[in-house]
Amino acid sequence: MAQVVERPERYVGGGVPRKEDPELITGQAKYIDDINVQGMLWMAFVRSPFAHARINGVDAARANDMPGVVAVYSGADLADDWAGGLPCAWPIAGRSFPEPTTEDPRMPNHWPVAKDKACFAGDPVAVVVADSRAHAKDAAELVDVDYEPLDAVVDPERALDEGAPQIHEDLDSNEAYVWSMNNGDVDKVFSEAALVVKERYRHPRLIPNAMEPRGVLVVPAPAQEEYVLYSATQVPHILRTTLAMSLGIPESKLRVIAPDVGGGFGSKLNVYSEEAVGLALARKLNAPVKWIEERSENYLATIHGRGVIQDMEVAATEEGKILGVRVKLLADMGAYLQLVTPGIPILGAFLYHGVYDVQAYSFTCQSVFTNLTPTDAYRGAGRPEATYAIERIVDALARRVGRDPVEIRRMNFIAPFDQPREVASGLQFDSGNYGASLDKALDMVGYDLLRKDQAERRQRGDAKQLGIGLSTYIEMCGLAPSQVLAALKYGAGGWDAATIRCLPTGKVTVVTGTSPHGQGHVTSWSQIAADALGVPIEDVEVLHGDTAISPLGMDTYGSRSLSVGGIALHFAAEKIRDKVKKIAAHELEVSEEDLEWTDGKFQVRGAPDKAKTVADAAFSAWTAHSLPEGMEPGLEATFVFDPPNFTFPSGAHICAVEVDTETGLVDIVKYVAVDDCGNQINPVIVAGQVHGGIAQGIAEALYEEAVFDENGTLTTSHMGYYRVPSAAELPSFDIDSTVTPSSTNPMGVKGIGEAGTIAAPPAVVNAVIDALQPLGVNHIDMPVTPERVFSTIAEAKGGRQ
Amino acid sequence: MIPAPFDYEVAESAEHAVELLGQHDDAKLLAGGHSLLPLMKLRLASPSVLIDIGRVSDLSYVRDAGDRIAIGALTCYEDAHFDETLKSSCPIVAHAAGEVGDPQVRNRGTIGGSVAHGDPASDIPTIMLALNAEFVVRGPTGERTIAAADFFKGVFEVDLAPQEILTEMRVPKTSSGWSYLKFHHRAQDWATVGVAVVLGDGSNNASVALTSMGERPLRAQGVEEALAAGEDPASAARRAAEGTNPVSDPMGSSEYRRQIAPVLTRRALEEALSR
Amino acid sequence: MNGARLEAEVEPRQLLVYFLRDNLNLTGTTVGCDTTSCGACTILVDGKSVKSCTMLAVQADGTEVTTIEGMAKDGELHPLQRAFHDNHALQCGYCTPGMIMAAAGLIQRGGDMSEDDIRLGLEGNLCRCTGYHNIVKAIQQAAGEMKSSATV
Ligand SMILES: Cc1cc2nc3c(=O)[nH]c(=O)nc-3n(C[C@H](O)[C@H](O)[C@H](O)COP(=O)(O)OP(=O)(O)OC[C@H]3O[C@@H](n4cnc5c(N)ncnc54)[C@H](O)[C@@H]3O)c2cc1C
Ligand code: FES
Ligand code: FES
Repeated sequence: MAQVVERPERYVGGGVPRKEDPELITGQAKYIDDINVQGMLWMAFVRSPFAHARINGVDAARANDMPGVVAVYSGADLADDWAGGLPCAWPIAGRSFPEPTTEDPRMPNHWPVAKDKACFAGDPVAVVVADSRAHAKDAAELVDVDYEPLDAVVDPERALDEGAPQIHEDLDSNEAYVWSMNNGDVDKVFSEAALVVKERYRHPRLIPNAMEPRGVLVVPAPAQEEYVLYSATQVPHILRTTLAMSLGIPESKLRVIAPDVGGGFGSKLNVYSEEAVGLALARKLNAPVKWIEERSENYLATIHGRGVIQDMEVAATEEGKILGVRVKLLADMGAYLQLVTPGIPILGAFLYHGVYDVQAYSFTCQSVFTNLTPTDAYRGAGRPEATYAIERIVDALARRVGRDPVEIRRMNFIAPFDQPREVASGLQFDSGNYGASLDKALDMVGYDLLRKDQAERRQRGDAKQLGIGLSTYIEMCGLAPSQVLAALKYGAGGWDAATIRCLPTGKVTVVTGTSPHGQGHVTSWSQIAADALGVPIEDVEVLHGDTAISPLGMDTYGSRSLSVGGIALHFAAEKIRDKVKKIAAHELEVSEEDLEWTDGKFQVRGAPDKAKTVADAAFSAWTAHSLPEGMEPGLEATFVFDPPNFTFPSGAHICAVEVDTETGLVDIVKYVAVDDCGNQINPVIVAGQVHGGIAQGIAEALYEEAVFDENGTLTTSHMGYYRVPSAAELPSFDIDSTVTPSSTNPMGVKGIGEAGTIAAPPAVVNAVIDALQPLGVNHIDMPVTPERVFSTIAEAKGGRQ
Repeated sequence: MIPAPFDYEVAESAEHAVELLGQHDDAKLLAGGHSLLPLMKLRLASPSVLIDIGRVSDLSYVRDAGDRIAIGALTCYEDAHFDETLKSSCPIVAHAAGEVGDPQVRNRGTIGGSVAHGDPASDIPTIMLALNAEFVVRGPTGERTIAAADFFKGVFEVDLAPQEILTEMRVPKTSSGWSYLKFHHRAQDWATVGVAVVLGDGSNNASVALTSMGERPLRAQGVEEALAAGEDPASAARRAAEGTNPVSDPMGSSEYRRQIAPVLTRRALEEALSR
Repeated sequence: MNGARLEAEVEPRQLLVYFLRDNLNLTGTTVGCDTTSCGACTILVDGKSVKSCTMLAVQADGTEVTTIEGMAKDGELHPLQRAFHDNHALQCGYCTPGMIMAAAGLIQRGGDMSEDDIRLGLEGNLCRCTGYHNIVKAIQQAAGEMKSSATV
């Protein structure tokens, strides 16, 4: 990749090397644990070993005697420190959409440190503060908690059983909500259809495993009653607003900084106990307080993802034309409602018909509490679940009607479109051409050759069988517009903000309300700003992740940054250019109509030597010696963008696997992805997002699961047992793209942060099932471990005998 | 992540280590530290004294000792993996050493540590058992030699007295076929099941040992007997799970381990015969 | 320590990674797990890759330690660092120092550096962002460069 020296005609669309890298490759990055301040105290949390237990008392005497210990607090000790519990910003009440709800959301109290009862193994019950990391940890071992273990709800399918233990005494049952929507005459379509295919799918609980665990450091300025809170978070803005409320601290006195953050994947899109406690103790002790999560602690205390069971049905004609989709979910909320826990299944609610043209659509989700770690957003959040269900069942339908999975998809695709189009779930898809990406992917993977190889192996009865799996997915990014979020009861808006500040020396500062943690926004935003303002990319500085520097923002999650925050930047640049044009016209003594924007400057039409750059105007606006009548000095603009709709990336992934039918081991031999995320700002960064997404999707399909025993104890309790795949397990990926610009925003961008994770699981699992066709296997659950493959084959054999 | 406090002593030699062991109760030898430190970090072990034998460099060697090869207890996996003597005269050890953990683990962990630790999921003990290795142990009263078959007693239980140190492993030179198949889900995982095969003079004379199939590394006696009785490898392998009692853990259930052991044994025998 | 002599007294239980980070302020070496699984903390000790979370600081007495901070020489990035940048082999960067040091260990050990060799050589290093695709490419590039510059 060539180093960029001169300003090229366009940065956008080019694989500009990342500006973020220099500090990261030399070890100069500053992650939360790299930040230390004088006099800092350390917290260590005492966590319940029981999934469900009454707390009869906390005895800190032995801990208090340990070297370096400053204080030990139980939940009861801290009861008066909270103005409110930990926030849930997306309360969902029982509802039959679009009818208005008649119920109140069922929201259990969630105190940062449990007072009376611990509701999952890992629930904090006390906190130790000491002068060092080691001392805090030593003492935490000696806090004696008198637990009275209670029966626990571990299986969500048992949560509503008669006599099931009641998890929250402030609620009347373990049900969180039942939420449903119906479009078209679903019952009629299903009862009259030639055939109905029904399957049950399970999405295991997943542990996000951002490589950097969480951490928080709170530095108080006692005289001013101000606090600076550093956190390894994706959401500094949300954190500031919600923590101010939970702690009763004026929001203006709280500054939140997300330093370099080592990945999030949804797990740092939250407001956690440790952040609240850190702030409370910094206030109480008037001292800086720090906490760094350990990995095994992370497995208990940081949210999990997925944890959904789906009863999925399609109604179809004899040929395999899908007429209707009906799905019922049982979603495991875990012990509490974290920031957006209840909303996660709803994020997929509109996508269970995938890219297929259907007439009738019904979605119901029942959500329940269990005595397990709370669930919440994990890369894809709701959309991988939907995609998995529809892509699995389309393959099942293909088998039922005896067609190739390619053929059945082509038969059912929504035809290409480039303007908003209403689909069965009631959404307006922005644009799409689903056949195009599938055709390209088939070509890349060499579909016919693979099928031939497969036929030969089947004929020979090889121990290693070949399978090919498809996934033609759709997802939605950029949660918006704000009014729609209101209808969905989301507690915040869907907008984001950008500020451009043109400095007198010609340099440009961009301030974004998004909060990147690996996605390369600094580079992409620089590309956008440099093109829009006609400056070299080196002259653009992008600031983020600090509420004092960037007060307006909604942060980074749900692949929203570009399609919301990036567009805000686009419009902010337009505002800047409008002002530059006025200054240029004034200084060149021509009318604005005589100016045109070419080569990154305003030129007088027909007189290219008469021109003004943004830098020229920035200097003029700074000196303010001769500005047009009534114009404010300075060249700065802020734009807050509230998108009119979501964006809908799509694509086709194809996976070929080799399954060792004697041991059950699955090996991916080929993986092809063709994604359509609309226009691309930086294709190299896009490819990186796709690679990482696919890896996480494969991880979900083949490797990962948070397993609990019957008491609710996590048995995959550390990184040695919870199988995050390494390079040795994964193949290289063959990827390409198609481009169908979004009609939602002027840059035609859609989003790519989650696509791989959404697309990959069904591609992989469909491939495994395809490989095992000769053995009579039609279903297998994730993760497709060797053992599960082995026992599935054994069952299929037994069944056929 | 932080071990409980302990005292630290450096042993200058094997004799010194024995002496230091005599001076402290609740002391542990520290070799590569790749079993002990992970346990201490999770506070599943908290010895009050660590005696570092990692600096006893004259216990790190691979030597040709006539009909046998002597491996110093402190030889790390990576050195064993690339050792020319082992590669030519007892390749199964070199190969298996390369299958342990990951490169970083192999740069620190020692062959002796693995044998002394007695984890039934470890690879090297299985190899030692298949090879009928002998271990040299030094204690306050001098040296003794013990056969691998007698050494491994149970989970983390070996025939080592509190004041003894393992100094050397002696393995025979092998000239016939061999195989070690380690079945695991991820490359960095411990064996769900491992099968070691060392052929004798004829195909009906093989020693077969198993990893992760019980409380200690096991000989697959049924398979060995069947081979000796002239059965072909495929049918002999069917007896691989006989007499085993593997655990169920996140790497696999007991049942699954017993189901795939025969498959892996057949494949290992085939590989050994083809070498 | 990265080419310089260093003397220090440490508590026996201090892990090497915390000695580097807390005592020497060399925070480039990160911590991603507590079970020796992730490789984020990988450094070179006497030229060999090791996980500094599973070594006591006292065990490093008398050894030559290299961390990510010691890789660039005279303001020149190490070929691995350059290759990671050129190939977009990092996103959040948290695993990156460990990946680079593990790769340095592999290259130093010698032997083949095919895609499969590299992938297997990285079995002890986890990255949650990149899917490893570009990491493998970067290491291949750097290994090639280092080999050809070593032969001239
Ligand atoms: C991430 C990871 C993955 C691993 N994967 C595998 C794997 O796949 N297969 C496998 O087999 N192993 C694996 N291991 C374990 C590794 O092989 C250990 O290094 C080995 O089991 C112990 O060797 P050590 O030198 O590190 O011993 P240490 O940890 O230093 O010691 C282990 C125990 O043995 C005692 N001891 C050590 N040396 C002697 C001696 N000479 N005499 C008497 N007692 C002694 C110690 O006191 C201690 O109780 C893995 C370890 C890690 C951290
Ligand atoms: S921190 Fe050392 S291996 Fe994870
Ligand atoms: S770049 Fe984020 S973990 Fe590897």
